[in-house]
Amino acid sequence: MALIQRIMKRYPDGKHKSAILPVLHLAQAEFDGWLSVPVMDYVASILRIQPIEVYEVASFYSMFNLTPVGKCVIEVCRTGPCWLMGAEDIVRYLEKKLNIRAGETTKDGMFTLKTVECLASCGTAPMMQVGEKYHENLSPDKVDKILDDYRANTDGHISHWTKDKIGKN
Amino acid sequence: MARTLLLKNINEPGIQSLEGYQRNNGYASLRKAMKMKPEEIVEEVKKSGLRGRGGAGFPTGMKWSFLAKPEGVPRYLVCNADESEPGTFKDRYLMERIPHLLVEGMIISSFALGARTSYIYIRGEMMYVYHILEKAIDEAYKAGFLGENILGSGFSHDIYVHPGGGAYICGEETGLIESLEGKRGNPRIKPPFPAVKGVWDCPTVVNNVETIAAVVPVMEMGGEEYAKIGIGKSTGTKLISACGHINKPGVYEIELGLPVEEFIYSENYCGGILNGKKMKAVVAGGSSVPILPAELILKTANGEPRLMSYESLADGGFVSGTMLGSGGFIVMDENTSIIKNLWNFTRFYHHESCGQCSPCREGTGWMEKILHKILHGQGSMSDIDLLMDIQGKIEGKTICPLGDAAAWPVASAIRHFRSEFEQEIKNQTVKIRSTAAQAV
Repeated sequence: MALIQRIMKRYPDGKHKSAILPVLHLAQAEFDGWLSVPVMDYVASILRIQPIEVYEVASFYSMFNLTPVGKCVIEVCRTGPCWLMGAEDIVRYLEKKLNIRAGETTKDGMFTLKTVECLASCGTAPMMQVGEKYHENLSPDKVDKILDDYRANTDGHISHWTKDKIGKN
Repeated sequence: MARTLLLKNINEPGIQSLEGYQRNNGYASLRKAMKMKPEEIVEEVKKSGLRGRGGAGFPTGMKWSFLAKPEGVPRYLVCNADESEPGTFKDRYLMERIPHLLVEGMIISSFALGARTSYIYIRGEMMYVYHILEKAIDEAYKAGFLGENILGSGFSHDIYVHPGGGAYICGEETGLIESLEGKRGNPRIKPPFPAVKGVWDCPTVVNNVETIAAVVPVMEMGGEEYAKIGIGKSTGTKLISACGHINKPGVYEIELGLPVEEFIYSENYCGGILNGKKMKAVVAGGSSVPILPAELILKTANGEPRLMSYESLADGGFVSGTMLGSGGFIVMDENTSIIKNLWNFTRFYHHESCGQCSPCREGTGWMEKILHKILHGQGSMSDIDLLMDIQGKIEGKTICPLGDAAAWPVASAIRHFRSEFEQEIKNQTVKIRSTAAQAV
């Protein structure tokens, strides 16, 4: 909570609603990688705004998951330049390998596969993101290694943001 | 290699840290700026001819001079680091590799604008870069380049990094401002412009990462010297994100005015087309700008060599030219399906439309459906004209330029590759078996 107070102070007095995106990122990291209605209501109470103000923001931005997800959310870029370099093949390979379709979660709750729009990694296409990590220049072999690595080393949910890394100001 | 300003020290050891940055003359421009008057800095930036590097190419000094300065109202500088234009990855590269260049540029620019506080709005997906920036900012505070009374100048400044949530539209400056205020990124109707009423209704300048970083060399060498680099009104250097079917994808800093042919085929840059194939088309400035076939990207309609500059790329207007845009340079080889690429881009704009304006919200989805239909062997010749009709009803009829950005790729693809559309539709019975299984 001290961290949230600190983030809210980054904005002028009375403008603490601006902290909504950082706070939602933190909430998603804290609560199993997705934002349930009670979690969004909690965020609204912290920011002293109406719950609807949180719902309308959370539903607008693609990084927020509004349904449960696996421990590792794999986000594969599907936009133009990645498509030119074989992003479709990577998505198909992942679908086959994980035995799910894009948008679904594996039965063991380990992986969720998402396709996302351009992640500014077009020179190292095709690529995918897991948490804050960019995995670039993908090939099926590389995907195999990455999946094995996450399977072996994942403890809890991997999120885009981790609170212990946030700066001092 | 040609002259570089932003990336000249990019390979120096430790350049990411304050110590390494300072060892390479880092923060010398800030020291110089702190001895000047704010209006003198604005004047230098005006003289430099620096233009917005995010895509629009508007003169930066002029944008700064529009900033309203009512008494007792805070002013803000907001750095647009929401790099989301497909084909563009230069800002990520710059922030990741040499974060202090942006921080130094932010402090100088804020001083020039009289902003006590500034924000770097970075797209949320680049969270690892967020941490790099915060580390650089922490270092700058410790060294006295941020905080109270910077270098004894009496000027105090704070920078905060603000993460987005994943929305292309927040790269549009008023969408970004709405988002920074904690709302959906719906662009605002202009006027009022942000320079008068921006974030929290205060006068605000929104500049791209590369633009703000370029203020550092402008201060170092002086506006007039900077303006000598480049060609005509395209002064200075530009970061180009080169990707697609080329041998050497990556971020290159070019002097504006470099021939396009040299950029594509020289070993110093893209190194030619992947696997020795022929080039079919190029999208020169990020997915939003008109696509050009190989012959028109290399030479203008008048047969002049095409140059990497705002003016030369735009030569011929939208009939035979394009735009420098964000410098997202996407090269496509001879085997690329222009229609499928267009469908991909159109799906992108449909996905990213904020939904405020009907022409964009409905039109992008409609165009996506028609292209999908054509790719699935169910197109008819009248669909080509229908696409042209729809894009014409989006262009210029929306609050923000996302509508134009969705319309231009459609219009240009049909303008330059109409026969490919016709062929695809004629071959539909053959295509229906092979593509229906593939295109989703």
